[in-house]
Amino acid sequence: MSAPVVGTPFDRVDGRAKVTGEARYAADAREAEPLYAVLVQSTVARGRIRAIDESAARAVPGVVEIMTSRNAPRVSAIDFSFEVPSSEQLAPLQDDQIHYDGQHVAVVLARTFEAAREGAALLRIDYDGVPARSRVADVSGFETITQFFGRDAQQRRGDPERAYETSAVTIDATYRTPEETHNPLEPSATIARWDGDELVVHDATQWVNGARSTLMAAFELDETKVRVVSPFVGGGFGCKGFSWPHTQIAAMAARLTGRPVRLVLAREQMFTSCGHRSETEQRLRLGAASDGTLKAVLHDVVTATSRVGTFLEPAGLVSTFLVACPNVAVTHRTARLDIPTPTAMRAPGEATGTYALGCALDELAEQLGLDPLELLRRNHADIDGESGRPYSSKHLLECFARGAERFGWDRRTAAPRSMRENGEYVGWGVATATYPALRAPAQARVTIDQDGRIELASATHDLGTGMYTIIAQVAGDALGVDARGIVVRLGDSALPPAPVAGGSMSTASVAPAVQDAAARVRDRALEIALGTAGSPLHGLRREQVAFADGRLRANDDPSRALSYAQIAQLAGRPLEAVGGAAPGEEEQQYALQSFGAQFCEVRYDEELARVRVTRALGVYDCGRVLNPKTARSQMIGGIVWGIGMAFLEETVRDPRSGAVVTNNLADYHLPVNADVPAIDVLFVEKPDLIFNPLGARGMGEIGITGVAAALANAVYHASGVRVRDLPITSEKLLAGAPVRV
Amino acid sequence: MRRFAYVQADSAEGARELVRDDPQARFYAGGTTLVDLMKGGVEVPSRIVDISRLPLAGIAVRPDGVRIGALARNSDVAYDQTIATRLPALSQALLSGASGQIRNAATVGGNLLQRTRCSYFRETRWRCNKREPGSGCDALDGYNRAHAVLGTSESCIATYPGDMAVALVALSAKVVVEGDGGERRVPIEDFYVLPGAQPERETTLAHGELVTAVEVPFAAVHERSHYRKVRDRASYEFALVSVACGVVLQNGRIHDVRLALGGIATIPWRAHEAEALLLGATASDETFVQAARTALAGARPRRDNAFKVELAQRTVVRALREAAA
Repeated sequence: MSAPVVGTPFDRVDGRAKVTGEARYAADAREAEPLYAVLVQSTVARGRIRAIDESAARAVPGVVEIMTSRNAPRVSAIDFSFEVPSSEQLAPLQDDQIHYDGQHVAVVLARTFEAAREGAALLRIDYDGVPARSRVADVSGFETITQFFGRDAQQRRGDPERAYETSAVTIDATYRTPEETHNPLEPSATIARWDGDELVVHDATQWVNGARSTLMAAFELDETKVRVVSPFVGGGFGCKGFSWPHTQIAAMAARLTGRPVRLVLAREQMFTSCGHRSETEQRLRLGAASDGTLKAVLHDVVTATSRVGTFLEPAGLVSTFLVACPNVAVTHRTARLDIPTPTAMRAPGEATGTYALGCALDELAEQLGLDPLELLRRNHADIDGESGRPYSSKHLLECFARGAERFGWDRRTAAPRSMRENGEYVGWGVATATYPALRAPAQARVTIDQDGRIELASATHDLGTGMYTIIAQVAGDALGVDARGIVVRLGDSALPPAPVAGGSMSTASVAPAVQDAAARVRDRALEIALGTAGSPLHGLRREQVAFADGRLRANDDPSRALSYAQIAQLAGRPLEAVGGAAPGEEEQQYALQSFGAQFCEVRYDEELARVRVTRALGVYDCGRVLNPKTARSQMIGGIVWGIGMAFLEETVRDPRSGAVVTNNLADYHLPVNADVPAIDVLFVEKPDLIFNPLGARGMGEIGITGVAAALANAVYHASGVRVRDLPITSEKLLAGAPVRV
Repeated sequence: MRRFAYVQADSAEGARELVRDDPQARFYAGGTTLVDLMKGGVEVPSRIVDISRLPLAGIAVRPDGVRIGALARNSDVAYDQTIATRLPALSQALLSGASGQIRNAATVGGNLLQRTRCSYFRETRWRCNKREPGSGCDALDGYNRAHAVLGTSESCIATYPGDMAVALVALSAKVVVEGDGGERRVPIEDFYVLPGAQPERETTLAHGELVTAVEVPFAAVHERSHYRKVRDRASYEFALVSVACGVVLQNGRIHDVRLALGGIATIPWRAHEAEALLLGATASDETFVQAARTALAGARPRRDNAFKVELAQRTVVRALREAAA
């Protein structure tokens, strides 16, 4: 019998296709005689277009059409909803109004990419610009935010102000995180084609059905008329989750010209066209008794959104539950700026919130004269402070214990600048990681044909996360066949529906649906094998047979056996079943949340104000691990990004115009290999069977959470300088340095 | 599409002629600067004269120094045994720059002429006196964290970004230039010019003149040289501050010294006054701090780059201490 492969470090089934170039990403889609589209974007942040002179652009040989608000097909603005996830309430190319620098104002369509690009460069646009506001600091009045995706953005319990005032030890500190940009390897791309009134779109998206519903709304089509395909995605991290205007624009241009249109965003356009993480300013007030027991947590967040969208960074929500506390107040306010609309970026809210709260707790521990890990232990939340519900499964204390042992935490000396090695200060930091365990209804289809070809299909996605592999493993085990032989199809809105590849919910949602579909096919196979006259197994009862190595055998006579292919032949048609799975009452009864502990070590060269990360360890409680290899890879990626968040990443806007100045990978710094130490990842692996039948919670986003806090705390421990403003760069460390040259 | 002519030169003289007669013609070797700028519309050459096949890639060791052909690859120079041992600052500077792939493509001659990384220069939407003389400078009051504090003008604060030239300035290299009047040797400090009111002019090279080699002399102080680079990430980034220096001690006093700075000036910056202060002084942190202050005395920081003055001083102290050790 094939040994079960769920839970083993199974190699990626799509690895070969990726390294050989067989894997076709959106921009690899071939269409006959496409027009190449190059977007032209506003160079003012607020105002209107006064005039567009197309003459020079139209004179470029190969330029076929220029689409602006003058001739663009009419589409209507769409309010964001989870059903129709249009990121911006801005119908593209419909009027002359400018809401942010980088807004699409025209698209040049040509027979070659080069001609389109040249045409775009020659398009002359005059604007009436007015002064723009692009930073929270530019604004004084803020809007109060009441809701964030169904959660209260203003939360209160107990009497936090009074508890804070009367606490023995208090901390009052303000932390800032900058605007950040996703920068997946693969830029967004849309290839659109109309077949009569039917629209086919190849889109680099984390959500084929979200893109479909947005296109349906924009063009007033029903779902049989729109198909969105996205079999491979070169990273998304949230910027390909909700729908963005360029996808509509490609379809509009295809309609206008009657030809397939191919639109690929340039790297610099990725900084303005598909979201970013909005900046935050977070004031944390913590109050504790002298033994470290938390009495008050007050977390006030000011963040930013655009004038044409609503998304923002809900950084305060983690403070309702990350540590146990009876008196809590969380507020969120937002500035409406002349910037593109923010969107979900890996762990929206958790990444920034765990940073600020994780640092404030470290500051509190120091005030208390308590080890920071001990403070976290003492304030462990046994139940969810936000809902009052018990956790379905929570093993954070075990994460702390295993992490502390592996890291050698007990050798840490408390005082800043107290650990030295080779002339450098050594700093250790710790923080809590967390991300909710989300799940949504999903379906999958398993088909086995008369040749024994097994196909597994679902409109889910693989962003490099391992989805192809994991669902093949689940189906292989459920069918009793080799997972490597299963053909997996995903990323197509024509397949059985699945949720957005976001919120770390794909595995938790889709894997149970796959299991269900496989079980249904197996049942059908059994029925046919036992019930069809002429079958060698005809007449046996279910308990007298078993599946192994892809064959159904009689228990007492293994020579009486049928392969799936033979069963399908008996049936005269392929074996096929659609399975589904959905969350149930557990969502009302339990708090469903993953946790983890991040431990980091840095070395600090005080003279040059240089920090190096020398060790990073993450210990996670995410339920059952379906594939330790892809899971570990996800967590490593999160920690690397946390290093970038702590020390490097910042989307800088020109102070006057609001345009992104760091709109390329030379000026927007991502960590390189030399910045990243060997990363250690552990899983506590306690299956969460309340959450779903596989016991597996999601594993995408938690990796980045807590990392920036653990690193900032380690930097303080090494340097004695508390930088409360990310990224932690030389000038900020120098500003806090005791001695100047 | 922007058309340009591509011509492969078969002699240095032929290459020069092809460039000289057309103000928009450019020499092309490794392409690591030029092609990037062409993609962004910053350079719009009418003609590209490919000199990469000319026989100018040799590295010749002579009794008094090395002659490095202008087409020698950065990586070949960095890993040359003689250079690594007798001119260590040069080797270290090269290895601290760019990535392995880029070092394998970039040439010494091209690297000397590397253009600034100023964001306002590299995107045509901004005003830039260097790119479009007289248009203004958006960097002066823009985001100028990476910009220069030394050698700036009211027209331009763009930083010279490279590493190699900083080492060459410390090592008193000469640039060999071939022009209509034959060959001339330009001390590298006279090769670069301050932006002043004409930031579009970066070197004393006339259009059509070709850099054919760089000559670096041997000296005891060059053998005792090294390169220290400070930047936000550990690799693949331009310097916030860099220092090339060499120190020879005699009885605890500084017998000979070279000091040059990068990442903070509009040209590779030789710190002559600081050298004069160091010469004959006791090698101590106190002396090094004084020298560092002297080197940065003329600094004129802007909104975002004031920290570079402090950081540069600290880096000078560190580099001198290391060189004197």
